[in-house]
Formats: sequence, structure tokens, C-alpha cells
Amino acid sequence: MEKLIYLDNAATTRVLPEVFETMKPYFTEEYGNPSSTYEFSGRIAKQISDATSVIAKLINANEKEIYFTSGGSESDNWALKGAADALRSKGNHIITSKIEHHAILHTCEYLEKHGYEVTYLDVDENGLIDTGELERSIRPDTILISIMFANNEIGTIEPIGKIGETAHKHGICFHTDAVQSFGHVPIDVEAMNIDMLSASGHKINGPKGIGFLYIRKDVKISNFIHGGAQERGRRAGTTNAPGIMGFSKAVSIAAEKMNERISYETRLRDKLINRVLDEIPYSRLNGHREQRLSNNTNFCFRFIEGESLLILLDKKGICASSGSACTSGSLDPSHVLLAIGLPHEIAHGSVRFTLSEDTTEEDIDYTVDSLKQIVERLRSMSPLYEDFVKKSN
Amino acid sequence: MSQITEYSEKVMDHFMNPRNVGEMENPSGVGTVGNAKCGDIMRMYLDIDENQVVREAKFKTFGCGAAVATSSMATELVKGKTVQEALEVTNKAVMEALDGLPPIKVHCSLLAEEAIHAALWDYAEKNNIVIEGLKAPVKDIDETEEFYKTP
Repeated sequence: MEKLIYLDNAATTRVLPEVFETMKPYFTEEYGNPSSTYEFSGRIAKQISDATSVIAKLINANEKEIYFTSGGSESDNWALKGAADALRSKGNHIITSKIEHHAILHTCEYLEKHGYEVTYLDVDENGLIDTGELERSIRPDTILISIMFANNEIGTIEPIGKIGETAHKHGICFHTDAVQSFGHVPIDVEAMNIDMLSASGHKINGPKGIGFLYIRKDVKISNFIHGGAQERGRRAGTTNAPGIMGFSKAVSIAAEKMNERISYETRLRDKLINRVLDEIPYSRLNGHREQRLSNNTNFCFRFIEGESLLILLDKKGICASSGSACTSGSLDPSHVLLAIGLPHEIAHGSVRFTLSEDTTEEDIDYTVDSLKQIVERLRSMSPLYEDFVKKSN
Repeated sequence: MSQITEYSEKVMDHFMNPRNVGEMENPSGVGTVGNAKCGDIMRMYLDIDENQVVREAKFKTFGCGAAVATSSMATELVKGKTVQEALEVTNKAVMEALDGLPPIKVHCSLLAEEAIHAALWDYAEKNNIVIEGLKAPVKDIDETEEFYKTP
């Protein structure tokens, strides 16, 4: 087999063999619809309930506050549209940030078209929001604050506890998109004053197509998918039994190994960061140096463009992703990199490497060694580098 | 999402093994087009003989796979042509020679055409001649230097 170094774990992760084994019987043997009345289905409903408790426990929630969805994007859509709709009589103002995932930003744009007003908070050069600015943005008609737990591109972890405290001080509902952080960092919805939280299965070695929205029991939110009594009547659709069972298994493994994995990934992450910054001139790290996800690195390499870099990395068997316009299907570079203050031309040269517990020391060395060659090759072809060298001499 | 898998074999070949990369000392004409803000900059060098035939072409490009491939192909297409013929190397010709480009990358081929024109313009200006049908290139190069630590 050709060499494959998978460093795009923020995009998706490998389903663990134990997770897959857990799921299998629910396709071929225990295939009953958990909503049916007979024992063949009833026992599956019981297993799902137990599996849900495992998930709820990881964020210190109650099983009855977990509502399964098709994934992070649906959870984000539901949280925003559902709360906006239910709280319409109270007001029409929503506060979010400029660096949210598009599942939040595009939903906010949709809501703006339907009469809601949205404040998009700035972030500093590390990607952190200012909780003082958040508090100053609160108005009498503010009904919802939605700030992501950790950023998917640059890995910066937001001051969620402080944000929750601020929201609750003003009696405002607080939602967090925790798709990149659920199962990766400790989360306590009680201590952090989180009212709603979006999470996804496939970012933590679970299956794709399953996620949940945590909704605190007293939160007002309209139903999103109509047509059935599933999820306590709030989200219709046949219960995804294999998905939930697999997700729950992935959660139990993630919970058990969390500390171990954080320290392992942090060590490799820091090695990658230090080698790149020390050995590749005119490179920079995007995102907060310490307050970042243990598996996230994001770099800019001056004078070169992201897509070229990704193709050449791919040829070396390294999977990474870029905030470059050319890889996004649009002509604008990443909104996150622009929000942390990078000029367009520099945002074009970004690459994200996201590690996992499968990443080895050798993978990091191979990646940095390859990166050095590729950056040098692309710079030798770059008119910007040519001008820079001539100017410096 | 990514167009990497949408690239034709020819595009990949010209990206992986670009023809005529480099600089030229005392070129007959040199042109730089595009801007870093949009993510593409192409520079083309032409060596043109006394019979107005392109003897040699070189390029340097900052940009995506398609930008590199179109620059490479453009240099191949203008070599051996008279300046008048080179002027007729259109973005369409470059695209066809590469067996097509994904729709979002078509602007790269336009940039290649502009790069040829800019280099020819420079040649015409230096030699005080008029190439029929050639317009002055637009200059909008921009690059920022902060944000990086120096080695």
C-alpha cells in the first residue's frame, strides 16, 4: 500500500473497529424500529436509552436533554432557527462571532432575511472573542448568543465558561457549536452555563450521519423536523439505532482516553509547530499558541498558495486541508483567517494539519521534511519570492 | 470542495512537471499580472529575436495548480511563434491544450493570456514598436510583509 499520513482529523476521523463492531448487529440482527411496541424493538429502545446516558454523562447533562440529529450542521440549524422562532415574542437579536462554522453563519444570514438582527463579534489576532465586547453587544431584545467552543480551522478554544456566565447574567440563552471539541476537551454544561450544544459523531471516531443537540430542559425551542414522535416529539425521523450505538461507543472510548490523548496529541502538535517555525523561514502559526485544540495546527507559508501545497503534500501521501480560496469552491480565502487580521494574500497560503491518537512521531518528521522540500520548490517558482529576494539583496 | 481530482491528466502533468520555469536575464519582454489578494500572480519572460519570433519563454507563478499549469502551457504555446501569432494564443487555446479546466479555474487561463500580453507590451515599449491589437496591461500587484518572523 502507498504511504498515507492522515492529518485531516478535523474534517473527519476513522471509525474505530470497536465502534464498528458495536454498530453491526443493529443493521442485520437488531434491525427493529425502536419506536415499535413489540419486544424485538423494545429492547433496542432500552439499549439506546443506556447509550444516550453515556453521551449525556460526558457533558454533565441528563439523558432526556440529548436530542439526536443527523450531525453538527443540523444541530446548529435547529438551535438557531428553533430558538429564534420560539423566542420571537421576546426579541429578534442574536449575537455570534465572525469565525463560526458556516452552519452557524449561513443560518444567521437566513435569519437576517427573515427579520432577525445579528451581531457578529470580532476576534483578536489569536481568534479569541472579547467577553467585554460580548456584554456590550447585549440589548434588551437579544434572545440568543451562539459562540463556538473551539474553532475548526485554527483550533482556538473560546472562553466558554465566561461567555456562559455573561449570557446567564443577562438571562440570555447560550448555544455553543462544540463539533470540534466534544469528546476532545472536558465540557460541563452546568459549570459552563451552556443551554444548547451541538456535537457530531464522526469527529470522535464515531460514524457519520449522527450528532446531537443538547437542549437544557427549560430552554424554549421550536421543533425542527416534523412528522413523528421520536426524540420526545421534538425531532421526527426513524431513530438511527446503529448510529447512536456507534456514537455512544465512540464517546465512551473518548471519555476514557481523553487525558491520555490530550497529552499525547499536544506533544506531537508542539513538535510539529516548533519544527515548522524553526526550520521553514517566513512561516507563521495561526490561532492561539496554547489555548488551542490538542490536535490542531494551522500555518501560513509566505509567497506560496495553499492549493499547490496541498496537491504536492497529497503526492507525498499526506492528507491536509487549506483555507485557501482555491480549495473552497469560492474565490475568497477563509473567513476565519481574514477575521484574525490576515491580509487576503497571506490567507491564501494556509494549511491545516489536524492530528489524531494514530499520528506518530515519524509521521510528524516525514511531514515536516516533505513540507520543507515542497515550500522550497513552490517558492523557487514564485514571482513574489523572486521579488522579495531581489529586494533583500 | 477541492478541484484536485477534477484536474485533467495534462493539467496535473504541467503542474507536477512545469515547463520553462525560471527567470531570464535581459529578456526582450517581461510581464507580471494578477494580484496576490486574489491568489494568483504570473510573470512571463520572453526572449524575442530580430525577426520578431519568440525564441524562449520562461515563467514564475504564485497560485494554485491550474495557475501553474496554464502558465507552463502558455510558455509552450508561444515558443516559436511570431509576436503577432503569440498575441493570438488565447485563454481558450491554453485551456484546450490542457484538456480543459474546472469551471472555477477558468480565470487562471485568462491570467495566462494576460501574462503573454503584458510581456509582449513590455517588448513593444522597449523597442518602440506597435503590435496591432495589443492593449496596455493593468498593474495591480500587491503583497504584504508583516506577520512573518524572519529566519
